[in-house]
Amino acid sequence: MSVCTLRIDDQDVAIAAGSTVLQAIRSAAIAVPTLCHLDGLSPVGACRLCLVEVEGSERLLAACVTTVQDGMRIHTNSSRLQEMRRTLIELLFSEGNHICAICVANGQCELQDLAVRVGMDHSRFSYRYPNRCVDLSHPQFGLDHNRCILCTRCVRVCDEVEGAHVWDVGWRGEHCQIISGLAEPWGAVEACTNCGKCIEVCPTGALFHKGEGTDEKHGHPGRLAALVQGRSRQELEP
Amino acid sequence: MSTRRTIQIDPVTRIEGHAKISIHLGPDGLVETARFHVTEYRGFEKFCEGRPFTEMAAITARICGICPVSHLLAAARTGDKILAVSIPPAAEKLRRLMNLAQIIQSHALSFFHLSSPDFLLGWDSDPQQRNIFGLISANPELARGGIRLRQFGQGVIEALGGRKIHAAWAVPGGVRAPLSAKTRDQITAGLPEAHAVVRQGLDVLKQLLDQHLREELHVFGEFPSLFLGLVGKGDRWEHSSGGDCAGVRVMDSDGSVVADGLSEDDYASYLSEAVEPWSYLKFPYFKALGPEAGSYRVGPLARLNLCERIGSEQADRELLEYRDRGGRVVTASFLYHLARLIEILACLEQMERLLDDPEILATHVRARAEVNCFEAVGISEAPRGTLLHHYCVDENGLIERVNLIIATGQNNTAMNRTITQIAKHDLTAAELAQPQLKEALLNRIEAGIRCFDPCLSCSTHASGSMPMRVQLFGADGALLDQVSRG
Ligand code: SF4
Ligand code: SF4
Ligand code: FES
Repeated sequence: MSVCTLRIDDQDVAIAAGSTVLQAIRSAAIAVPTLCHLDGLSPVGACRLCLVEVEGSERLLAACVTTVQDGMRIHTNSSRLQEMRRTLIELLFSEGNHICAICVANGQCELQDLAVRVGMDHSRFSYRYPNRCVDLSHPQFGLDHNRCILCTRCVRVCDEVEGAHVWDVGWRGEHCQIISGLAEPWGAVEACTNCGKCIEVCPTGALFHKGEGTDEKHGHPGRLAALVQGRSRQELEP
Repeated sequence: MSTRRTIQIDPVTRIEGHAKISIHLGPDGLVETARFHVTEYRGFEKFCEGRPFTEMAAITARICGICPVSHLLAAARTGDKILAVSIPPAAEKLRRLMNLAQIIQSHALSFFHLSSPDFLLGWDSDPQQRNIFGLISANPELARGGIRLRQFGQGVIEALGGRKIHAAWAVPGGVRAPLSAKTRDQITAGLPEAHAVVRQGLDVLKQLLDQHLREELHVFGEFPSLFLGLVGKGDRWEHSSGGDCAGVRVMDSDGSVVADGLSEDDYASYLSEAVEPWSYLKFPYFKALGPEAGSYRVGPLARLNLCERIGSEQADRELLEYRDRGGRVVTASFLYHLARLIEILACLEQMERLLDDPEILATHVRARAEVNCFEAVGISEAPRGTLLHHYCVDENGLIERVNLIIATGQNNTAMNRTITQIAKHDLTAAELAQPQLKEALLNRIEAGIRCFDPCLSCSTHASGSMPMRVQLFGADGALLDQVSRG
């Protein structure tokens, strides 16, 4: 196995070739925020929160979808990046309808935590207040589009791990929306196995167990990695 | 020179929310009527539409920062009915416990912080001093006691719900978490001090009522009206639906029961709301008797009138004395203050009883079910009076329509009658001849409203888009002046 050495901020890091920059950053115990990334799912580079500066590259690169190269010099925490991350989070908030005080995920939300982490005390963008709906047609679960940030974790977990492929991203631009089946009510999609994995991985209060009230959602995105790993080693076979 | 003047006091300080009052002089130059304008508009009912009904507790709790628990409980009660479940007995008791704590803290705020500075420091005292801080220097023990009493109530809410305000702890089907023995003991430990404070408040207020607040009894809104609220089985005082509640009772000033055992489900058949162009606050009335004769009062005064007994020793003794002072049916709105203190005592005694009941520690506190009913009405006694939540949901539980009937709104007519009575009494012809209105008078009118402890942010929740405006009508009904603000 060949190894790449790279320099991240002030640290020298050695990591297996083919790893992602995000893996290298994590192996050096450097904190870079992520939102769409989830260990156990394929990376998509949707949220852009993990952007880093790579010397020699004009563009900022998303660490979760960039493969390491020998000799890379990476900066993860410049003021430009800090500003960029705060702006991204503000845009996510102004794009949907996030009323944390009444949200099922209040206190347990990755988006909310990131807002605190990037120092967002208000949004410099005006709120769009889009007119979005809530789908409670499923017997056990609910989807509130107002809180969806289109990270596509649900789409990937359902397709890659459960193999049911209930979810997709429908429409375009500002009308983009997570859809179940062929844009049917979730309860009408027979492919859904009621496994609840999408609820567990959703970083926000968009997907939840029906009947959960304010502050009551406790997602477990961390469980996924263990599940995927266990399966690959066939530990979980009967 | 015009014989008509309008005197406006704007805004009324020390009531939650915003208000405007206008006093209308007739052609004879005397006070004809006074109006309490509510020009704040919040539209809560509209933005609940499309939300899951399970969120209603959290949404409506935000209508009011002083009595969020009342909305929480009414919303949870309505939610129980949408699920069509009867909640576990321990949950019923815990909800009652929280409502008692809520009544204690809200009444303590009203009496000790907001109203007693007026009584104890006098109407003519320096307005800068006539507040809780002035009270602290004048009667530090009472002021501190009041603060401690409120803390006690809030502490119970916090211990149960995890937060002082906005605790989304009562949920459709029950409550979220059981009570631990440790928390129960903590609450119990706070009861003796709370008892001592309310006792002290009662002594001070009763003494004042015997002496220099005597006149206020007859000026601050003494008039006949109906009274409406929940009563318990055996004609006992009641603050919550479920359990031993015997439904809604309506009583006349002479003590005759106009209607009894009414169910909240049919509220629309016996309650109606009149609208006046000069206030966002509607004027609810008992339908059968029409807007005038059907106007009623809710809250502490009504609850004490409606019951025969409270059902606990000390509070019942106070109730007897209270009736000696004000009659079997008390019509003097000023006695809302005394009624509040008696209710605090009642709450403390009932709390004690609930905490002694081993069932309160049971761990099964939540029933789970699907949406089984598409329309439901929940009722609860908030500190300020009867509170109704009415939801219609679709088959998945998304809210289609909401109607909220809130305590302050139901006292609207009574508040207007009260300030008219005060203005007529205080603004004599001689007074009106003087160009300068005395601060004391303005404060008395405000204090008339404060008898009802209105929380105005709650009561102007109705949907609609009436522009905000202030109007002046002459004795002949002609519009003399108008100010528009939106
Ligand atoms: S998902 Fe919920 S808790 Fe998270 S930011 Fe949005 S509203 Fe707030
Ligand atoms: S529903 Fe949740 S997991 Fe799915 S895209 Fe939206 S935010 Fe991501
Ligand atoms: S975590 Fe890398 S783009 Fe979202």
